[in-house]
Amino acid sequence: MGRIKNFFATLKRYPTSIVSLVIITVLVVISAATLISIPYGEARELWKTSSQAWEDWPKYAAPAWTNLFRSAENKLPETIIVETNGVEPILVEPVGNSGAARTTIELPFDYPYNIHPSEIGLTFETVSGEQPIATVTWITPDGREFEIYDSVLKKRRHAVSKDRALTRMLGAQPIYGLFADPEDPVEILKPGTEATPFQGTYTLRVEALNFTEESKVDVKLVVYGRVAGLAGTDHYRRNLLVGLLWGTPVALMFGILAAVGSTTLTFLIAAVGVWFGGWVDALIQRIVEVNSMLPVLPILIMLGIFYTPSIMLTLGAVILLNIFSLAVKTNRAIFLQVKNSPYIEAARAYGASGTRIVFRYMIPKVAPILIPAFVTLTPGYVFLEAALAFLGVGDISLPTWGKILNNAQTEGALLRGQFYWVLEPAFMLLLTTLAFAMLGFALDRIFNPRLRGI
Amino acid sequence: MEPREITVDKTMSAETTPGGSEGSLVPNKKRGQRALRSLKRFGRYTAVRIITLFCTVVVGIYLAILVANMGGFVDKILEGQIIEQVGGEIMANDQLRQLSFEERESWRDARVATLMAMRGLDRPFIIRSFEHLKNAITLNLGRATFIASDSGSKEVKRIILERLPITMVLFTTGSVVVFIIALFGALVLSRRYGSAVDRIVVALAPTSTAPAWFYGLFLILIFAFIFKVLPSGGMLGNSIPETPLAYALTVMKHMILPLAAWVISRVFLAIYTWRTFFLIHSSEDYVELAKAKGLRNRALERRYILRPTLPAVITAFTFILITSWQGAIVTETVFKWPGLGQLYFRAVGAFDTPVIVGTIVIFAYLLAITVFCLDIVYALIDPRVKLGKEGSQ
Repeated sequence: MGRIKNFFATLKRYPTSIVSLVIITVLVVISAATLISIPYGEARELWKTSSQAWEDWPKYAAPAWTNLFRSAENKLPETIIVETNGVEPILVEPVGNSGAARTTIELPFDYPYNIHPSEIGLTFETVSGEQPIATVTWITPDGREFEIYDSVLKKRRHAVSKDRALTRMLGAQPIYGLFADPEDPVEILKPGTEATPFQGTYTLRVEALNFTEESKVDVKLVVYGRVAGLAGTDHYRRNLLVGLLWGTPVALMFGILAAVGSTTLTFLIAAVGVWFGGWVDALIQRIVEVNSMLPVLPILIMLGIFYTPSIMLTLGAVILLNIFSLAVKTNRAIFLQVKNSPYIEAARAYGASGTRIVFRYMIPKVAPILIPAFVTLTPGYVFLEAALAFLGVGDISLPTWGKILNNAQTEGALLRGQFYWVLEPAFMLLLTTLAFAMLGFALDRIFNPRLRGI
Repeated sequence: MEPREITVDKTMSAETTPGGSEGSLVPNKKRGQRALRSLKRFGRYTAVRIITLFCTVVVGIYLAILVANMGGFVDKILEGQIIEQVGGEIMANDQLRQLSFEERESWRDARVATLMAMRGLDRPFIIRSFEHLKNAITLNLGRATFIASDSGSKEVKRIILERLPITMVLFTTGSVVVFIIALFGALVLSRRYGSAVDRIVVALAPTSTAPAWFYGLFLILIFAFIFKVLPSGGMLGNSIPETPLAYALTVMKHMILPLAAWVISRVFLAIYTWRTFFLIHSSEDYVELAKAKGLRNRALERRYILRPTLPAVITAFTFILITSWQGAIVTETVFKWPGLGQLYFRAVGAFDTPVIVGTIVIFAYLLAITVFCLDIVYALIDPRVKLGKEGSQ
């Protein structure tokens, strides 16, 4: 206990290490909370490109809080959702006497933004087997009416903003045409001019013709905004927050396991080589030399593309390629010194076995130098995983920071000005790796007295 | 080296003169023998190093061949592609389609067998893997399966030689810039230990954990998309400049951002490491003594600090250089720099084993040659590296 207390007292002398410890603790807490609230299976489902969880989320939306930094005129619209479910119909009239009925519901909503929405979509929920008819009318604040849907309900979703017939009727893309200012409608026809949407209370009138008593239609209108969530969305409407959160445990796990695994094994190998000497030592040295000829990243890329890229396989390969790293030689030099120290000689004199000396006397003596290595090597492995994911050869099923960066790169996020898409994962990577690196620097000085004061 | 030898000579002659004319001959003979012996040792050392390095390269390349062929699995992929190709030929050829089923099958089998034999796929993989090894070591890199060079050649050697200079121009320049800044920065800082600049560099050292491609993202964002002053990637832009001067200027303009990313990602840690190294060395007793003698700072630095640390500095520089050639894949992807890294990435994506193996072979040879040169330079500049038995261990 005293030793640990002492250690923390020393650590206190390096303020950056305290900051980095706080950051690492926060990251660990985030990881734990993420793993509990979004379990592995759910995260995989959510991150699938076919996931239905995000259908009411806009594409390429910036984080919602970015609006705080925009002036009132420039605020980006948020997504507006109105649905008939739970709203009292203003009119129900029976049609014939076979049980058919026409229900009319009106859904008012405000559009207070100076910028057009990104998309408009309708979702219909019907009782299975029934095919009612729905007529959806768009009423502008000044009373103009546009019929945006009138058909038998066969498909569940209807993309209003991609409706060709409606575009032709309005003379402009629906996201502009449906929000056109009655005073200034020409503007929308000229491409490149900045038309502002007409503000006020819009109404959606939904008339549903149900043919049986059981039949029922729920209509949902989604006016997709341009900001969403805490972290924004990507080209598949996925909330980036899920990816950013899930990237934390993945990065920490990969970085720490790779650092601890490779350092410990390297250490053991050096210890065994020094103790047994002779051909064992020579063999280990030769393996290290061959291994130093093997380019790590190219081999990992090859493995990632040729075999099924799972994060565990990558982790195993990374550790395997780094066990016989040049660090074996550094450790060997340290062990050689220890091997010749008097207390080992004493152990030999009383007849201790080779294994006992290696594992009970030599390794515990040198083990403290491992601790800074665990920490200083972690960021490198975090970036290695991110680099592989960034190249598109990472694990396919898991959302990671590197993969978000990869998506942003292939989708030309910077070109489109969607800086949040690159900056968010980059920020997380920077935060994590800097925290470990700063802690590592401090630990290095504590455990390596030669550096103290320098 | 020379001044020290002269002093040795002086002392030796001073010792030998009293012994008379006969006596003066013996040490000369001895000296000749000693020189011969150390030359022999040096020769043996060089030979041993060449042989060990060569064996290492062979084993390394063989492992790379095994991985690149997925232990023979790539052959199966190629076989599948050949069968598919033959199927396509049958579908495209009316005469063949009119044949009976058996005739068509036999034609197909014969055609597949011919194509397999043409690619050498008819023999077991183990035998072929050793042939690959022999070809790789003799730099007989063969022809690419899918990828072609910009000039249209399918020869792996040409494809690689076309890309290698492009990679080297960027990353060798980068490494040299890092080396120079780091060396002089470290010397300056070790002189001004504890100053504000020193503290800032020490505080910035952890930023070097982030690789160049990561800084590249930020640099592209800032300079190519916010300020729009520099190109976001590529090497030549949309059109190839006509005059050599314009060509050089265009390449240099495209090099600024990747070079900056490369330097930023390494320079602070390099300065920090070497500054610390110099500081540790400048607390050695012999440096203190030199200081006490009243030696000027410059002479002190050159003779008492730089000289003994030179081997370590050179090693560090060489490894910066080597890693720059192979660690460039991601950086080249970010900046769309058409170098070896991008070629390798494309080759892996297309399962083009000859190009993959060729690139790794070139890297292995470059690495081995560099390590060998390093060994020789070590033996020459560091009097502490003893040649002979102890040296080869």
